[in-house]
Amino acid sequence: MSMNFAAAGSAAPTSADTAAPARSPGYRAYLASLRRDTWIVQGWQLGLVALFFALWEIGPRMGWINPMLTSYPSAIAGTLMKMTSDGSLVLHTWVTLKEILVGFAGGMALGTLLAVALWWSPMVYRIADPFIVVLNALPKIALVPIFYIWLGDMASIYAMAIAVSLFVTVLMLFTGFQAIDPDKVRLVRLFGASQVQVLTKIVLPGSVPTMISTLKVNVGLALVGVIVGEFQAAKAGLGYLITYGSQIFQMNLVMTSIFVLAVISTLLFALIQSVEATVLRRYGSGPSGT
Amino acid sequence: MLDTSSLVPAVSVENVTLNYYTPERETLALANVSLGVQPGEFVAIVGSSGCGKSTLLSLISGLIRPSQGAVSIGGARISAPSPRVGYMFQKDTLLEWRTVLENALIGAELLGLDMKKARMRAEDLLVRYGLGEFLHAFPGQLSGGMRQRAALARTLCPEPDLLLLDEPFSALDYQTRLALSDEIAAILQNEGKTVILVTHDIGEAISMANRVIVMSRRPGRIKEEHAIAFPSFGEDRPTPLEARKCVEFAGYFQTIWDQLDIHQAQ
Ligand SMILES: Nc1ncnc2c1ncn2[C@@H]1O[C@H](COP(=O)(O)OP(=O)(O)OP(=O)(O)O)[C@@H](O)[C@H]1O
Ligand SMILES: [Mg+2]
Repeated sequence: MSMNFAAAGSAAPTSADTAAPARSPGYRAYLASLRRDTWIVQGWQLGLVALFFALWEIGPRMGWINPMLTSYPSAIAGTLMKMTSDGSLVLHTWVTLKEILVGFAGGMALGTLLAVALWWSPMVYRIADPFIVVLNALPKIALVPIFYIWLGDMASIYAMAIAVSLFVTVLMLFTGFQAIDPDKVRLVRLFGASQVQVLTKIVLPGSVPTMISTLKVNVGLALVGVIVGEFQAAKAGLGYLITYGSQIFQMNLVMTSIFVLAVISTLLFALIQSVEATVLRRYGSGPSGT
Repeated sequence: MLDTSSLVPAVSVENVTLNYYTPERETLALANVSLGVQPGEFVAIVGSSGCGKSTLLSLISGLIRPSQGAVSIGGARISAPSPRVGYMFQKDTLLEWRTVLENALIGAELLGLDMKKARMRAEDLLVRYGLGEFLHAFPGQLSGGMRQRAALARTLCPEPDLLLLDEPFSALDYQTRLALSDEIAAILQNEGKTVILVTHDIGEAISMANRVIVMSRRPGRIKEEHAIAFPSFGEDRPTPLEARKCVEFAGYFQTIWDQLDIHQAQ
């Protein structure tokens, strides 16, 4: 769509064109159209959110939907206020956030270690490969009751968060390690690099873009692991509030918890994207899409 | 065990054979290759694609070992890469997460050299090669010719005295290539390095080297050798650009062209 302006941009140069900051009318029109498109997109997004909340608010009040089933935004806002003032919001959010961060970091660290081990010894990789593939395909959610019995309430949640992200991490990172240009490895070998130095000078720094894609995938997975773990085991946390709220048929509580979860995942994702933007600048390519 | 010859090493490749093994096939890349290079000599190797030129350089660098035969540098048989040997690959293999200066310093870093001195030398080399403004730029911001010069600085920073250059100019456009080969020939001659240059470009080989070696198709063997001299130019060695204008140039070119049977290759 922005192509339309290419022809206009190559119009005969005026004297203003020779000065660096001056922009040709065609180029200005092109920039204006880019801005206009952005406004349209953002306008629609805001409008859709507003419409959604408006319908959600009006529907139950007008009796179109049963408020027992959906709750509504003003009730959720009320619940949020109440929970903020009595401190329970901070408590439950903190419990869940801590679990997410620990599970996320644990999955990442353990996954990286395993990927390095596989890279270190091709034989170990060949031996472990089918097991990893099967473990990756296994729905980890099925393990929740077992983890609970084996590990108790707290540890089983961490274990779940790690289990959900671990094998994806291993597979993604190992694939990234293998994609490293062998000539770069040969380069450091020329200077007598040991296997550890090949790892620290080439393989790990060369895999930073892969690590960031893995982080993005893992934030989502760690959230899934933690919430599912909390459904089964927790005495606190947003997942616990969701099960508790649904058991006592308090949709306000359920919806409020889901809302807070959405905020947490958005913030974590934004954090990773800003890390990506700063780190990947030096890797020659900008951040890779969303 | 004292090495009485000069500090610049001689290279000797004796009856080297090399097989590559893959699950699909066995490739005889080099068959019975022998080659001697004198200290301070500039040898160019030409040959059709896949004839084993890069393989020969990898063997001399110590990155791979011969299936049969021996490679020695300065009289000592090699079994691993040595800091005395600098090797520039066909690709520049700059590390995109390091700045140009950090790239040039990777050798010094891994070899455990004095980093202060290495840094000064690297900066000096990069400035001389016209990269003074780009010391702290990342390779992604450089043009092909600049990347190649950064790779050359990286190779020369740990002060190797034998240089292996694998088509170092192949990624460049013709003019940059002529200019850079002139520059590099001057640099290498000044520093009295021993050089083995692999190239597809017959003109480049003749204009830069003291001796041109023609390899046969796979399995690579040494087919012919030509000592290159330009008596018409006088006593001194002409620069590559001057050499291309000498009367002897065309004769060498024709002879080597015929020996390469390039028309069969296409
Ligand atoms: N790692 C490897 N494994 C298996 N075969 C290889 C390997 N490296 C090279 N070969 C084979 O050995 C032969 C010689 O390869 P080499 O790279 O030395 O050729 P070259 O003369 O440098 O070619 P070019 O001019 O295209 O760079 C080729 O047939 C190639 O397919
Ligand atoms: Mg080659």
